[in-house]
Amino acid sequence: MVSMTQQPHQHAFNPYTENGGTILAIAGADFTVIAGDTRQSEGYSIQTRYAPKVFKLTDKAVLAVNGFAADGNMFVKKVKQRLEWYKHAHAKDMPIRSIARLIQTMLYARRFFPYYVYNILGGIEEDGTGAVYSFDPVGSYEREACRAAGAAQSLVQPFLDNQIYFKNQTPAPGTVFPQHLPLETVLSIVIDSFTGATERHIEVGDGLEMYVTLSPSSPAVGFLQSQRGVQEVTAATGGERVFIIRRDLKKD
Amino acid sequence: MDHFPTNWGRPRNDAFDAYGTHPIHQRPVNTPKDAFDAGVQRTQQPIVTGTSVLGLKFKDGIMMAADNLASYGSLARFKDIQRLQGVGTNTVVGAGGDMSDFQYIQRMLDELVVNEFTSQDGHTLSPAEIHEYLAQVMYARRSKMNPLWNSLLVGGFKDGERFLAYVDLLGTTYSASTLATGYGSMLAQPLLRKAVEGREDTLTEEEARQIIEECMRVLFYRDARSLDKYQVATVTAEGVTISDTQFLKTSWSFAEGIRGYGAQTQ
Repeated sequence: MVSMTQQPHQHAFNPYTENGGTILAIAGADFTVIAGDTRQSEGYSIQTRYAPKVFKLTDKAVLAVNGFAADGNMFVKKVKQRLEWYKHAHAKDMPIRSIARLIQTMLYARRFFPYYVYNILGGIEEDGTGAVYSFDPVGSYEREACRAAGAAQSLVQPFLDNQIYFKNQTPAPGTVFPQHLPLETVLSIVIDSFTGATERHIEVGDGLEMYVTLSPSSPAVGFLQSQRGVQEVTAATGGERVFIIRRDLKKD
Repeated sequence: MDHFPTNWGRPRNDAFDAYGTHPIHQRPVNTPKDAFDAGVQRTQQPIVTGTSVLGLKFKDGIMMAADNLASYGSLARFKDIQRLQGVGTNTVVGAGGDMSDFQYIQRMLDELVVNEFTSQDGHTLSPAEIHEYLAQVMYARRSKMNPLWNSLLVGGFKDGERFLAYVDLLGTTYSASTLATGYGSMLAQPLLRKAVEGREDTLTEEEARQIIEECMRVLFYRDARSLDKYQVATVTAEGVTISDTQFLKTSWSFAEGIRGYGAQTQ
């Protein structure tokens, strides 16, 4: 039995650190963009200029992790493992809303020694619409149209509130704001969010990696394939598709 | 799935998968199991320590350097320690931080190499696999609040691919073409980046050696827990070579011009 009269002792070892960076996801009518910068830092030091924070789970789901990189990388490994077990047991990929619930239970299981990670899960829902689910470190989650997390969250989220939700704006007389934005506009908003965050936040920069998930019949695939430096990473044919676009960000 | 009707509705043990259908997710148990466990102490601070380790990629492979000092706080206690360890035929691990924890890691790596050898399946461990193994071990120990208090660089060359990565006491990992631990990350990394970034595929072994020597010199001038004796490990297609101890030529005559330093009396 653990002694009830333990001496108080100092813990000189802090099991957490912050590795900087920012992630962002925006859901469209039939696509989702999930992006993250590639800088990993600790304090005032840049550890590396390329450390990916966004990972493809399935053809329908992409997970971005930010906070403490060791926990983030381990958490992604564990999620990928659970998805593999599910696929072997049920002969199909886990639908994205189930992955979201799974992530909640995995995070809450560590409620008293949490994964210090802010997760954003993005992809295509079973009904073909773009989905973004955002989580806090202990598993509280919600489906949204857009979410930014990480070091520059306070710079990027207000920009998104204005450009995606059209907050604090009134439409031109006789018009209404669009319900969903096209892929071209969303990609521009993402790139501008990161270049802006890079200017004013020291922990953001070096490179940008954007994952775009498209529903099977999405017409946006034409525009996407015309972009510079696009790489397709779809596993199976005939279903949802996943693309990666990389861009440089300022290195200072 | 339990096929026996007599077991249905009765107390069952879900942790035991009788038919091996698929791995069952287990929650980690971190509570003390007995009185001995409750009394176990955990590492809270490093005692005998090594300072920076430097690593860079060049045209034909990777190069890593570390000095020969193990400090006991501010005392330069052991001046002939080798902080670079070859693992297998294609990897080298360099360690800063607690040297007793590094000696434990060295034993673990030896065991890993022996097990790999005895399996005799035609495969050899790659540097990426050794790095992954160390990353898992370091992260697992930090998650038990009993870390191996080290910053490790793992470098190697296999199948034409160069590999250089870092792992530390928290399980943080990263990879780049130039890496440095400890004071090296503040003093040497800017020099390494300036000299190497963009030129990884054209840099020769001799140029790499000169860059390393210059960085080790800067570290000896400015890191109060460093030594002017160091070793360089090189990993290429030919294998792992750890050099003999090299001595740094430094110049301290500038002290003569500063009041209170050097040989002057006032």
